[in-house]
Parts: sequence; C-alpha cells; structure tokens
Amino acid sequence: MTRSVIELTVSAEDHRVAWLATAAVGLSLVDAAVPSPLPGIKPGLANIVTLVVLARYGWSTAVWVSGLRVLAGSLLLGYFLAPGFFLSLTGTTLSLLTLGLARHLPARWFGPVSLSILAAFAHIGGQLLLARLWLIPHDGVFLLTPLFAGAALVFGTINGLIAAKLLAEPAPSETA
Amino acid sequence: MPWLRLIRPGDWLVILLSAAAVGSSIPIFWQGGLADRAIIRQEGRVFAEVDLKARKQFAVGGPLGITLIAVEPGRARVVSDPGPRQYCVKQGWLMRPGEIAICAPNRVSVQIAGRTKVYDSISY
Repeated sequence: MTRSVIELTVSAEDHRVAWLATAAVGLSLVDAAVPSPLPGIKPGLANIVTLVVLARYGWSTAVWVSGLRVLAGSLLLGYFLAPGFFLSLTGTTLSLLTLGLARHLPARWFGPVSLSILAAFAHIGGQLLLARLWLIPHDGVFLLTPLFAGAALVFGTINGLIAAKLLAEPAPSETA
Repeated sequence: MPWLRLIRPGDWLVILLSAAAVGSSIPIFWQGGLADRAIIRQEGRVFAEVDLKARKQFAVGGPLGITLIAVEPGRARVVSDPGPRQYCVKQGWLMRPGEIAICAPNRVSVQIAGRTKVYDSISY
C-alpha cells in the first residue's frame, strides 16, 4: 500500500464538527423537502444545530458547522455556486455575525429564543440586500419584506424553542 | 406549559419588539409608493389629473359614448363604460401606483401614479 505523503491528524474537535455538520446538512435536506408557499420562506431547521453548537461549543465551532452545512447542503441539493448558494452564504454569514454579538447578552434574560429570532432577521436581511444589489436590482424585492420578516419571526421562535428544549437536556456523551 | 418555561423574560421582549417591527414594516413596504394621483386619458391626451384625496366623478366622452370614472381617497375605478367587453370596469378599484384600466373601445384610460414612477411589469 502506498503510504500517503500527507498525514492528516484528526482531532476530537474535527470529529465533533463533522458530526454536527452532518446533522445540520440532514436538516437542510428536510428543509428543502418541505413545500413552501413562497420561494425563500423556509423553516431553517438547520439553525437549531447552529444554536445548540453555539451554546455548547462556542462561536468558532458554530461557524465551522454552518459553513460546512452551506457548502455540503448546496452540493447535495445541486445549487453550489448558483445564486441560491450565495444567498444562503450571505444569510448565514450575517446571522453568524449577529449570533457572535448576541451571545454576549445576559443569559439570565435572553435565551436561545432571542438568539434564534435575531439570527433569523439577520439571515433574511442579508438575503434581501444581496437580492436587491445583485439578483433583482429593483426596489420591488422589498415588497416581500413583511412576509419574510413575519416568517423569520415565526420560524425563529419555533427553532429557538426547539434549541432551548435540546439545551435543557444534559449534553450527550461523545462516544462516536 | 413546558415549552413556555423555555422562554426567558428577555425573549418575550425580543418577540414583542420583533412583532412590532414586522407589523410596522407592512405599511412602510406595502404602501411605500402610495397612490396619490389618478391620470385620466382620452385618445392618449391627458383629460384630467386628480389628487386621490377627494371623492369625485368624471364623465369622459369617447367615440362610443360616456365612460364614468370615480375617484375616492386612495383609489379610482371605471364605473361604467360603453365598450362591449367591460374589461376596464371589471378591473375594479385601482389603488397601487402603476395600475391602469384601459377602456380601449372608447379610448379612455385611468392610471394611478405615485410619488415615484413605477414599472407596470418587470421581467428578469
């Protein structure tokens, strides 16, 4: 057997990121399968994983998991480097930045629900801005803002509740 | 309720503020180019340009007869038209900038205009 020249050492952290990203990718596939009344309105179930990872393992792990999810999800669903990929990337980047700031809110008062709602708004805001600047250069895109914002509030709350529920349970022992 | 216990006090604040923001975004984005004028044309020439503030009726004469147009605060419509197919009448109230009802047989049209000029359709 030819020995590989490059030796990759895989740390426990890498394993964890890979498993969590897999879970997030799985949820994005479920997301894509859910019929939507309007393109762009999705439950964003994968954000539950991001929220849990942010709370348990910190912001940089959350960035890794989200980034891998966007990349692998787009490859699996066939929109890698298509407009949808950049919309997804912009939304994810902005919501990660928002989460990075919002996680410093006092945890006694603001839980995963707040983080989820703020992230959902950042996500849709980023997507609308990119759509306005690049895909549909007309203010008509903003006509959809109330719908998107309403969906962000509803799904943000639901995802936040699910994340809070998961976080209320003890962390699973990592044997994988 | 086990689910309600997961919402912390600040979360309620965020939910309420967001709901308020979503609610107030509706008038901002959906009436942004508020309809403020109706332009009535006959044979392509402007017959009247009215502010959509008062309640008014216009009778516009054309080759087939009289087309009646009603203007109300924020909206306008063709009330009656001598044309055979009545498309412009069936369109009902026009209230968004760019909307237009054309009574082609009688050569009369009513168009809604806002502060900014809008396109009547966009394709991309």
